Amino acid sequence: MDFLIFKAPMLMVQASLDGILLGILFALIAYGMALQWGVMNIINIAQGDLVILGGYIAYTIYLWGIHPAWGVIISPIIMFFVGWALYKLVINKVVDRDLFISILATFGIAIVFQQLMNFIFGADVVVAQSEYGTTMLFDNSVTLPNSKIFSAFISVLYAVALVIYMKKSRLGRAIRATAQNARAAKILGVDTEKVYAATFGINAALCGIAGALISITLTLHPYVGLPYTVRSFMIVIVAGLGNLPAVAVSGMGLGLFEEFADYILGTEFRIGAVFMLLVLILVYRRFKLSKKREYLK
Amino acid sequence: MNKIAKLFVTFISAITLALVSFTSSFAKVEGEYIVLGSAISLTGKYSSNGVHTQNGYNMAVDRINKMGGVEVQGKKYKFEIIYYDDESNPKRAAQLAERLIKQDGVHYMLGPYSSGLTKAIAPVTEKYKIPMVEANGASRSLFTKGYKYLFAVLSPANQYLEVAIDLAVEKNGGKGVRIAQAFEQDAFSQDVRLGILDAAKRTGSEIIIDDKLPKELNDMAATLAKVKATKPDVLVVSGHTKGALTAIRQISEMKVDVPMLAMTHCDAAKLSKQHGKKSEYALCASQWHKNLSYKDKFFGGGKKYARDFQKEFGYDPPYQSAESSAALLVFKDAFERANSFDRDAVRDALVDTEMQTFYGNIKFGPGGQNIAKPMILFQVRCKGDDCENRVVAPTKWASDKFYHPIPKWSERS
Repeated sequence: MDFLIFKAPMLMVQASLDGILLGILFALIAYGMALQWGVMNIINIAQGDLVILGGYIAYTIYLWGIHPAWGVIISPIIMFFVGWALYKLVINKVVDRDLFISILATFGIAIVFQQLMNFIFGADVVVAQSEYGTTMLFDNSVTLPNSKIFSAFISVLYAVALVIYMKKSRLGRAIRATAQNARAAKILGVDTEKVYAATFGINAALCGIAGALISITLTLHPYVGLPYTVRSFMIVIVAGLGNLPAVAVSGMGLGLFEEFADYILGTEFRIGAVFMLLVLILVYRRFKLSKKREYLK
Repeated sequence: MNKIAKLFVTFISAITLALVSFTSSFAKVEGEYIVLGSAISLTGKYSSNGVHTQNGYNMAVDRINKMGGVEVQGKKYKFEIIYYDDESNPKRAAQLAERLIKQDGVHYMLGPYSSGLTKAIAPVTEKYKIPMVEANGASRSLFTKGYKYLFAVLSPANQYLEVAIDLAVEKNGGKGVRIAQAFEQDAFSQDVRLGILDAAKRTGSEIIIDDKLPKELNDMAATLAKVKATKPDVLVVSGHTKGALTAIRQISEMKVDVPMLAMTHCDAAKLSKQHGKKSEYALCASQWHKNLSYKDKFFGGGKKYARDFQKEFGYDPPYQSAESSAALLVFKDAFERANSFDRDAVRDALVDTEMQTFYGNIKFGPGGQNIAKPMILFQVRCKGDDCENRVVAPTKWASDKFYHPIPKWSERS
């Protein structure tokens, strides 16, 4: 246990801001997961690997001499088609099976993606440089990398755009209808096959944006996808499906929790604390459910 | 089963049996070839360094074969290596070691890449009493298990950054320093940490931050914020290439000022290339550098080795390649001194190794680690946007003076 954070109030500010900025990015990835989980009832284990692939797309354009920030536009476009193709090739074969089959299928996709990325981009850890500089606050005692601020801003921007799109557009309405009741939607003329493919594509596109942001804020490696899958899974578990504000709050909450766990319990318990929280939440949910009055129909 | 089918089965069985007996005799020495075996990471997360290791081995095999090979009992032999891809997976590596020994009949092994995989293979080679010269497993725990057939040409992990603490104490007028450290939770990095703890105790230094980074972590902001608040004299980071790249990225973004920053894996991470000027003044531990003045008759010196390697493979040799080449020189020397292919005779000859290679002096301690070669430290220095690694310690090989303290970020252009 270390209580340095309570002795230096500026550390508290630093930890909070770092946590929130990181949490917003996690929330974007989690939103994609919640969307396709809700619509297709598929838990995508390859979520983190889609994120890393998106990151590598941004890194590739950086190697071509283009600023990696353009990745937040180029990467989602490419990733949308990757997601669409993935649906047509694999996911549509398992979409009507039970959850376990979909977990297995996406687990397989994750392994294939990791090996492909390793083959194409190599096993070196890489970073793209945004050269955005740093924002200094409180007499330089709190520092925020502008790349993190940029990434939080872009995440919010895309999330808001997506909410509006889901509410206003024809496809958005079809997606929501399918999520509520796929059979009824189909009877009413919604092409659910197309809706599923688009949903998977949108999720992959969101991963593409997050990946591009990660390439300029953190590091990329073919095998670092899993932590992003775990975090987004956890955010979705806490927030529930199809509830964007809850996903955002849960994402930021998780970011904050991680940062404070790091300061107080020690860096080695950071991930452990996250899992502990997951267990507690699941137990609490179970407890709450069991208190509900049950009746027979 | 009809007659023809029975005949067919008998025929196939006979061929299989013949093949099996042929492969087991395809051992150790086949005609004019001494056959070595190695499980190596050609795919998976260690594949970059696995390839560096393989290139190092191949370069040495070619060179030794071209320059007359290995002379045993008056006859010249050439080296040949059987490789299998261990997929960066320790379990697979152990299986492949077993396969190399039992099916391919290999009697002499070369190490894989990384401490973790060497740890997986060592019990197998030990069980079958197969001498293994390894060049890429530095973890101290490899040398404390009492292995008799394991020989490492590299310095153990705990020595990596000890010199850095000595240097910091020297710059502090011989007084102890305040150390902040962050190490990944893996065998290698934790051994580096133990070395720092020893050095701190020896020099009367104080460890004020001691963070253990999870393997999945690629964000060190919390550790660095603590460093900013506590202002240590030295910051030590070891977390493979990811740790090195993350540290430099976040130190520069968070404008963390420390008088001295010591790390590992700077060259493997291509730090000076990926982060450019941001990585300037970082002090890095390395097993080898081309500017060192060691020599041997096969590769000449480090600079010549680097030139030849560059010509052959198209990139500058990282130390992983150099130490791998050195492993073959050690084997050649041991075979010639043993003047026999008897495994125990070769093993005894390895124990008595005392030689200089372009990579450094080699003499094995009781645990199998190389005790004759010090670690070196280089510092990243830049001219404009052009950055390179310059040796600053030990002073015998230093091409540049150690720059200390690191200028504050506000003073850096």
